Amino acid sequence: MTYTRPRFRNPHLPVNEIGYTQKDYEGALSTLCAGCGHDSISGAIVQACYELAIEPHRVAKMSGIGCSSKTPAYFLSNSHGFNSVHGRMPSVATGAYLANRDLVYFGVSGDGDTASIGMGQFVHAIRRNLNMVYLVMNNGCYGLTKGQDSATADLGSKSKSGHTNPFQAIDLAGLALELGASFVARSFSGDKTQLVPLLKAAMAHPGFAFIDVISPCVTFNNNPGSTKSYDYVREHLEATATIDFVPIKSEITTQYDAGSTKDLALHDESMIRLHKIAADWDPQNRWSAMNALHQARTKGEILTGLIFLDKGLQDLHTVLDTTDKPLNTLKQPELCPGSKALEEINAGLR
Amino acid sequence: MKATDIKDPEYFHKVVDCQYACPAHTPVPEYIRLIAAEQYTEAYMVNWESNVFPGVLGRTCDRPCEPACRRGRVEEEPVAICRLKRVAADHKGDVKHLMPKPAETKNGKRIALIGGGPASLTVARDLAPLGYEIHLYDEQDLAGGMMRSQIPSFRLPAEVLNEEVNFILDMGIHTHLKTYVSSLKEVLEKDYDAIFVGTGAPRGRDLPDLPGRWEAAQSIHIGIEWLASVAFEHTSKIGKKVIVLGGGNTAMDCCRTSRRLGGDEVKVVVRSPFSEMKASPWEKEDAMHEDIPILDCHVPKSFVTENGVLKGMTFEKVHAVYDEKGRRSLVSTGEPDVFIEADEVLMAIGQENSFPWIERDLGIEFDKWEMPMVDSVTFQSTHPKVFFGGDSAFGPKNVITAVAHGHQAAVSIDLFCRGESLQKRPDPMTNLVSQKMGIHEWSYDNAVVDDLRYVVPQADKTMTLANRKVEVELGFNLSVGFKEAQRCLNCDVQTVFNTSRCIECDACMDICPTSCITFTTTGPEEELRQRLIAPAPNTSQYLSVSDLLKTGRVMVKDEDVCLHCGLCAERCPTAAWDMQQYLYSVTKACKLPGAVI
Repeated sequence: MTYTRPRFRNPHLPVNEIGYTQKDYEGALSTLCAGCGHDSISGAIVQACYELAIEPHRVAKMSGIGCSSKTPAYFLSNSHGFNSVHGRMPSVATGAYLANRDLVYFGVSGDGDTASIGMGQFVHAIRRNLNMVYLVMNNGCYGLTKGQDSATADLGSKSKSGHTNPFQAIDLAGLALELGASFVARSFSGDKTQLVPLLKAAMAHPGFAFIDVISPCVTFNNNPGSTKSYDYVREHLEATATIDFVPIKSEITTQYDAGSTKDLALHDESMIRLHKIAADWDPQNRWSAMNALHQARTKGEILTGLIFLDKGLQDLHTVLDTTDKPLNTLKQPELCPGSKALEEINAGLR
Repeated sequence: MKATDIKDPEYFHKVVDCQYACPAHTPVPEYIRLIAAEQYTEAYMVNWESNVFPGVLGRTCDRPCEPACRRGRVEEEPVAICRLKRVAADHKGDVKHLMPKPAETKNGKRIALIGGGPASLTVARDLAPLGYEIHLYDEQDLAGGMMRSQIPSFRLPAEVLNEEVNFILDMGIHTHLKTYVSSLKEVLEKDYDAIFVGTGAPRGRDLPDLPGRWEAAQSIHIGIEWLASVAFEHTSKIGKKVIVLGGGNTAMDCCRTSRRLGGDEVKVVVRSPFSEMKASPWEKEDAMHEDIPILDCHVPKSFVTENGVLKGMTFEKVHAVYDEKGRRSLVSTGEPDVFIEADEVLMAIGQENSFPWIERDLGIEFDKWEMPMVDSVTFQSTHPKVFFGGDSAFGPKNVITAVAHGHQAAVSIDLFCRGESLQKRPDPMTNLVSQKMGIHEWSYDNAVVDDLRYVVPQADKTMTLANRKVEVELGFNLSVGFKEAQRCLNCDVQTVFNTSRCIECDACMDICPTSCITFTTTGPEEELRQRLIAPAPNTSQYLSVSDLLKTGRVMVKDEDVCLHCGLCAERCPTAAWDMQQYLYSVTKACKLPGAVI
């Protein structure tokens, strides 16, 4: 088995605006099973960060425990990272975000880490609208402990051992929508053309961006009868729309028929462009999004793409009216403004 | 693009860049792995089967394989393929018993070989074990041809050459040495079943019209003739000041030999710019290391003599000018002519074929350059019984090309003598075998080492310049040889893709360190090359395109900088990728008994 990636790179690799190749966003060689959906998602994260020309040291990778939560080792080697306690990634992310608002927070979790042990933390991160990407690598099973059904396993889904799941699944996208998340999307690890623009849009979104990514467990949940296998997911995908992420200052070159596209401008003047939009769906209307989710579920389909976007919700720093600067840049004059400032504060309280 | 037919034996052959570039198509990665496994005898035999003279070539080959080496495209320098061949030759055990035995019963056919160089010897080796009675004619005392007469002993010791020549002569070859063939008609009258002409390019170019050329003729020599007279010990000294004219490898051999025979101030003077000289870069380096300056852009104008004694030469200084088609012309710089003192001059400005001994009424047609008309596949001339090979077929090339010609001529002669069509040539031997040992284990060393190319050590200059028979290069020792062997990327271990097994998880695409693999929709090749993960501008390397996958995409692999590290296959959950070793052995008249190929 190969533990280290050869040093040589393709001499013709293109570079992004800041002079990095995609290889500069790579991590260590994965130790996950060969063909794991999680590795594809890592690849998509690498591609999205490369294409956005993010400086790797501007990113903080946060994770909990599980196969999914190992993946931050396998992308963005030059970024910050915190591998926290099982299900407790949102707490650590909250603290980090409050201390330094200038980083891009990239939370990676799994279906066990989020829908079981970490559920209490997850819902409060949504409620507070942390400015972060919260990505769930959702394979419907506990891969690290030999593939028991997780809380996102669909009712009736068959495991590798032949047993059928008797419980209702938690729909994390539906839950996020219900709890008021400001960006909700779902995708599939085997579809980078959809996942990469979604990741870029999620990173550009100034609030809690939730992406539920169906990621087949190639070892324990890729069998006939499973609803999270490569084949089943590919056969049951239904997209809300095809999505393009248009970064700041770039020209729109793709042409679509008039009336078939919808543009959603983000706060930094980048834009999400949707085309081939599903009928009766408005990405900025929570009821329409919920309706679309429920309808797809009833039909036995997996709705993917951008599901809901709320551009109006204020993020945690705005709500708390905290300092504009990262705490580590605050120096003595700002932290100890002197006795005159103290007198003014005291006078204000009289 | 249409799906690639990986069943075409030439497809994977071309992926093995070194083997493909080698005129004899020696399976280079195969013998390099054997060297790394300390199986020097086996490594030697893989070479011997293919190129007949591993010890000679491991010291003197022109190395067409090395510029082709994939390592040179991902790193600075190619694997030292040539010098690894020498490691196999230097450290082999007894090989005699592994070689084909002379046939116990003769087949009654008699073949004449004119010239005792590498081409003829190759024909002899391929045909003798099949029962042919081989008669080899050469004008010199010993067989070996230009390997003996033109390559100096400090690059190729006589014992190395003798050993490999004798492996062949010991197969019961009838040698007719010290026999200059002055008439092909006479040979034809001896009723041989076929005649092979391997007489090389024996005539060195002269400057007959240059002023002063004939006044001091005793001090002006043709390079290859002079080298031969040194090799056969007719010449043992030279003047103190020597000018060597020419920029090829013969010029390098002439100047370095001069340094060993008393030349204190030896200069190479060449018309073309330094960078365009024909000599191999390492040969130029070795000459300069022996304190021989190379003066480029000097065109000879005259030999300067006084009372019939050579004093030196004058040269015009020029610079190279290129027209819009890139054609070069040398234009005077307008500076005054340069005079360089010399006691003797060696002219190594090219060599030509010469067939004064072939009567023009035998049915062998010659073209307007006085070259015989020879079929480039069968090596048959317009006289069905007469075959040509080596330098005598298509002009001066090198030893490895002569060997390649010899193999094909032998196939033709065998077919001809059996009354079969020369066009219906047997297919090459190919074999494709999985290297899988376990889930993530391969039977080859798939790790890619970072080591830069190792330098071959040389003997001390004071020793080598004192005696022309002391070999300059010492060769890699075993530990450095192992490390250099590990630099080989094993390009013959092919990435074989099975479309029907692929579940499109993208794992191979994500893991590939050199971004060779892309899953995308198909398109015309030119356009497809632009939109791969890493663009593929090197059109001399193939794209491998799979059949249509379930999602309507195809797998496209750019062969250009694939490291053959096996990571794609290791990360593949369904074994849609497999690492399979591809062996390709050129069609030969005679196969080795019990050989790996």
